[in-house]
Amino acid sequence: MATVEVPYQETVPLHHPKTWIGKYIFSQDHKIIAVQYGVTAMAVGLVALILSEFMRLQIAFPGWEWMDFFTADHYYQAITMHGMIMVIYLLTAFLLGAFGNFCIPLMCGARDMVFPFVNMLSYWVYLLSVIILMVSYFVPGGPTGAGWTLYPPQTITAGTPGHDWGIATMLISLAVFIVAFTMGGLNYITTILQARTRGLTLMRMPLTVWGIFIATFLGLVAFPALFVSAVMMLLDNFLGTSFFMPAIVSLGEKLQYSGGQPLLFQHLFWFFGHPEVYIVALPAFGVVSDLISVHARKNIFGYRMMVWAIVAIGALSLIVWAHHMYVAGMHPSFGYFFATTTLIIAVPTALKVYNWILTLWRANIRITVPMLFALAFVLTFIVGGITGLFLGNVIIDIPLSDTYFVVAHFHMVMGVSPILAIFGGIYHWYPKLTGRMLNDTIGRIHFYFTFIGTYAIYFPMHYLGFIGVPRRYYETGISDFYPQTAHDLNVFITVAALIVGASQVLFIVNLVHSYFNGKKAPANPWGANSLEWCTPETPPRHGNWEDQLPTVHRWAYDFGVPGEEKDHVPQTVPRRKAS
Amino acid sequence: MTDTTLSSQESIFTSTAKDWSSDMTTFKGVPWGKAMMWIFLLSDTFIFTCFLVGYMVMRMTVTEPWPVASEVFALTVWGVSVPLLLIAIMTFILITSSGTMAMAVNMGYQRRKWAVFWLMVATAALGASFVGMQCFEWPKLILEGVRPWYNPMGAPQFGSIFFMVTGFHGLHVSVGVAYLLIVAIRVVRGKYDHTNFEIVEITGLYWHFVDLFVVRTEA
Repeated sequence: MATVEVPYQETVPLHHPKTWIGKYIFSQDHKIIAVQYGVTAMAVGLVALILSEFMRLQIAFPGWEWMDFFTADHYYQAITMHGMIMVIYLLTAFLLGAFGNFCIPLMCGARDMVFPFVNMLSYWVYLLSVIILMVSYFVPGGPTGAGWTLYPPQTITAGTPGHDWGIATMLISLAVFIVAFTMGGLNYITTILQARTRGLTLMRMPLTVWGIFIATFLGLVAFPALFVSAVMMLLDNFLGTSFFMPAIVSLGEKLQYSGGQPLLFQHLFWFFGHPEVYIVALPAFGVVSDLISVHARKNIFGYRMMVWAIVAIGALSLIVWAHHMYVAGMHPSFGYFFATTTLIIAVPTALKVYNWILTLWRANIRITVPMLFALAFVLTFIVGGITGLFLGNVIIDIPLSDTYFVVAHFHMVMGVSPILAIFGGIYHWYPKLTGRMLNDTIGRIHFYFTFIGTYAIYFPMHYLGFIGVPRRYYETGISDFYPQTAHDLNVFITVAALIVGASQVLFIVNLVHSYFNGKKAPANPWGANSLEWCTPETPPRHGNWEDQLPTVHRWAYDFGVPGEEKDHVPQTVPRRKAS
Repeated sequence: MTDTTLSSQESIFTSTAKDWSSDMTTFKGVPWGKAMMWIFLLSDTFIFTCFLVGYMVMRMTVTEPWPVASEVFALTVWGVSVPLLLIAIMTFILITSSGTMAMAVNMGYQRRKWAVFWLMVATAALGASFVGMQCFEWPKLILEGVRPWYNPMGAPQFGSIFFMVTGFHGLHVSVGVAYLLIVAIRVVRGKYDHTNFEIVEITGLYWHFVDLFVVRTEA
């Protein structure tokens, strides 16, 4: 069907900065903003990584004099900050802020986000939230040590580290992050819905864009619950309201609170918290689908099913939150409802996994570094997903609650898997972003250390959980009834964790080194079809395209089409007349 | 003949499906700003809903008696106590402002800039008077002894919820007033002459949303 309509973007003049600062610091270019998001998220992620190494050292060697400075308070603060940073300030910010900013306009054939100025603000407000979070290490009492779930009443009663200042910086930082996310998220959704190029229908979009699209939508409806609970807890802490605080005796003294509802916080928190898992997982699904298809030189199996699975997972994720609260004292029939919805999510998720595997079936697989990470993602996600079936059932969850089984489960499914997808995405898009190839050998070494190392860390944790080792314990003390093997395993896990942590240096060295000395990247090094590989220049200049936006004639997965001379047909190539 | 009648009576499902499966834009003819405002309002709705869920839970679970709203918000006029009078007046003002806003949007599409300006200023003035009445309502309750952490009439959560939700809503109205004034001034300065004055409608969307929530909040 011929379109005579002109995309609105071709008529809008682009904002062209004149100064160096306007180009690279307060930049409104989506690619620069993506790099800013990515670098900030990685920097703050490194802080969280170092915190986790301290925690591991403490767990493996309790009472070691070198770790004397690391008190129980520090341990709880490290746990809290590690969790919060990894989930929100690294994963959410990286997958939506960095990949979202880089991929959406390029893959949709747009010049930029619809409101570049708001997009720029989004990054700077995000940076502000990171700074506020880091400031909590310098306030009296240090950061909060309440665990990343921040459950009241213990979060704001005396005895918890950082119960006055630390929790305030944490909650304010979260609220600021939500403002930043909203500004970015509105841009992503509006760009995807209203600023696609000629011929690009929703059902021709690459799955990366679909994943980011639905994840952003989830974020926009789920983050409000966190925002509200943050506001209410701040009021509880500083104005003495009793939203979440029941009448309570703390340290022998009756506090002024009365009549609050701690369960209300848990409901609000998990109404945000569960969709958050999919805010992180859906973009990873999308990225991995594209990586697998491109590097296996085969179209993605069941594209429509993949899209609808993403939509179904997104919708279902809004009605499963209370499976995090089976032991919180809910009504049991509530538990059965949420167990049912939780297990139903396994259907579209399994569908995606089967489709990835069927995409690989008899494909011309090229074991490149991005492909390695994508395959590792699928494997890790299966492991993490299957333990999710255990924990989704009320009866199995109750004995496993608060053990290392839970730690192993969520690190596999929403820690390691999305990180693998992020690494895969970076190795995949780095040539387009910088115009240089990453070093392949260092990339492979980094991959094997990371992949095998994370299995060495988290596989034994399942066993620890089954024998009942509780999570979040600074040291076992008089409750030490575990066999010696549990302690030995903990030492093993810590050594593995130190090696994995250290191997990430390789990755950073690779990023920096290749930026200056890497091989020049061709425009389309992987032979991919989606629009970002069709830009006139590599790296794409400000505005991405020539005077005219590209025209899309097909989906992004035309690999190995019979009768075509090349094994891949980019989206911009017109369809041939049916003969 | 039958074709034209069919296409003009195309069902809403068919046309929606066509829009969603088309290229370039999903919502045809909707400017970017308007789409963005709708999505923002969806997100904001969730914030208000969460606040109201908090209110609902508090009201269901507290053990102390909940004050009767119609008595708390009664005004004494010439010696007669009229229940809910203050809230009625405030709601009336905001709903009136929605009316003036709708007229401003209409004038905008007729490109009558000064009419737009004065109607938007009128809307902003009504909004400001709403905030002013909140400034009357808050001290009144505070003088009666209601605090965020204490309430002489029963459950302290009444005070907490009241100040939190009306405060949050008042903040929205205040932001809205500033937004209205900025847009009004930019309209007469000719900043939007090259457009269709959609910005007036976008501002209007936000304003109607804020008005809608006064109904939900005060109810």
